[in-house]
Amino acid sequence: MTTLAAAPPSSPTRITAWIGRNGPVLAIVAIIFAAWEAAVVALRVPDYILPSPSAIAAKIAGSWQLLMVNAFVTLEEILLGFALSVAVAIPLAIAVVYSRIFERVAFPFMVSLQTIPKVALAPILVMWLGYGIMPKVMVAFLISFFPIVINSVIGMRSAEKEMIYLVQSMGASELTTFLKIRLPKALPSIFGGLKVGMGQAVVGATVGEFIAAERGLGYLQLISQVRLDTPLLFAAVVVLSALGVLLFNAVVLVERIALPWSRVATEIAE
Amino acid sequence: MDAQSAGPAAGVPIGIAGVAKSYRTARGGEVEALAEINLAIAAGEFVSVVGPSGCGKSTLMMLISGLIPATSGMITVGSRPVKGAVGNVAIVFQRDVLLDWRTVLANVLLPVEIKKLDPVVHRQKARDLLRSVGLAEFEDKYPGELSGGMRQRVAICRALVQDPGLLLMDEPFGALDALTREQMNLDLQRMWLRDRNTVLFITHSIEEAVLLSDRVVVMSSRPGRVADIVVNDLPRPRGAHTRSEPRFVEHVERIRRHFLALGVLSET
Repeated sequence: MTTLAAAPPSSPTRITAWIGRNGPVLAIVAIIFAAWEAAVVALRVPDYILPSPSAIAAKIAGSWQLLMVNAFVTLEEILLGFALSVAVAIPLAIAVVYSRIFERVAFPFMVSLQTIPKVALAPILVMWLGYGIMPKVMVAFLISFFPIVINSVIGMRSAEKEMIYLVQSMGASELTTFLKIRLPKALPSIFGGLKVGMGQAVVGATVGEFIAAERGLGYLQLISQVRLDTPLLFAAVVVLSALGVLLFNAVVLVERIALPWSRVATEIAE
Repeated sequence: MDAQSAGPAAGVPIGIAGVAKSYRTARGGEVEALAEINLAIAAGEFVSVVGPSGCGKSTLMMLISGLIPATSGMITVGSRPVKGAVGNVAIVFQRDVLLDWRTVLANVLLPVEIKKLDPVVHRQKARDLLRSVGLAEFEDKYPGELSGGMRQRVAICRALVQDPGLLLMDEPFGALDALTREQMNLDLQRMWLRDRNTVLFITHSIEEAVLLSDRVVVMSSRPGRVADIVVNDLPRPRGAHTRSEPRFVEHVERIRRHFLALGVLSET
């Protein structure tokens, strides 16, 4: 055991390793921001056309409360839409895997629905559901739902036939086979769908706010645009991006905790 | 609990009488995979099946396991006719099909969980089995961290932890390199000499079959039939020294001649 288990790396080496991995990306980002800043100052670009990074940072600091209030509205829409997607998509995936009718009728139907641009449905949803939180939740749901279903179905079908034979030879029931084989086998694929779905939910909620809203980051962007408050417009984009990255990484974190063995496999593959 | 789980596992006899299997193709035609197989295997006997690809070796194994039904004929495992999955049978496939999300020990204990066997007794047994194949230190590792040979050893432990009366092995070492394969042959023989389960071992390798078996069943293809049965009473334990014995060479040659006659092998 002692020869196999590596000593836990001390924190200085971890920081060095982190810089080694992410250093080039950080350097490129720094260069871009520096060039942007320099260009805006040198060419005297007015703020309402292109604010400098420092101006955007100042705006974020100055309008922190306004940005946060609206960010929480958008966050709520994203999370509700995403939760609804998971709650509908996973049972539906199970139905597709186990039921012929769902496989032959419901699944092709869903695939054809996927070709409809969900954003185009947003005005209809607003008409039906009003100006509150519901139409945004529904757009987030519709747009994030499909990647979760398709990945769950693929995952649940991915168990090798020998694996199924093996547990059947032990006398496993269909429920046992699902719980002990199909579901755990599907988890990496399901998490793949959840990661894509979370990103899509952010898009859905924001687009919903573009159509009709009284609060939220998408709404804040519209207002800033009308008022030619370009620094605030950029500030909203920065906060929205940060929100997206944060939510994506939250899913990654849950995946790492839930699937410790998966990390083992990828580390060895690397 | 039956008597077998108490003492050392004892093999059960297998009867295969007039067993045939045909598949319906998508176009509505019928393909005959196996035609009239008759074979009796004694309790604790090690029998190999060799034959060309598509001769129905694997089909025969699936029929004995009860996972697919025979078209006609009767199979008995122990004294009971096979209808549906047989509780007393363990299977090892060419692919180890370990569950990546379980540790090595938890993989070995999978049949114990599913069959609801005594967890304490079998946990110890699983540990002993892993130690006997040199994997004691890998109990808490995930399969992703093991080599192909180690993974297949875990799969064999998973089969043996159930004390199966019959062990079905479908080209279990087919995916391993030659050296690992030779070691696995010796390990398997050692475990079989200790436990004396009945073993039905399917392989492509004539030498592997002769090295391990009491009898080698040679099958011809499309539809699969028994072409010959070679009785092999070379002394055990067998090993590298066995391969140079005249009778070993004789058996291998006899089986090879069958393959030449069947057109599976060609010397031109």
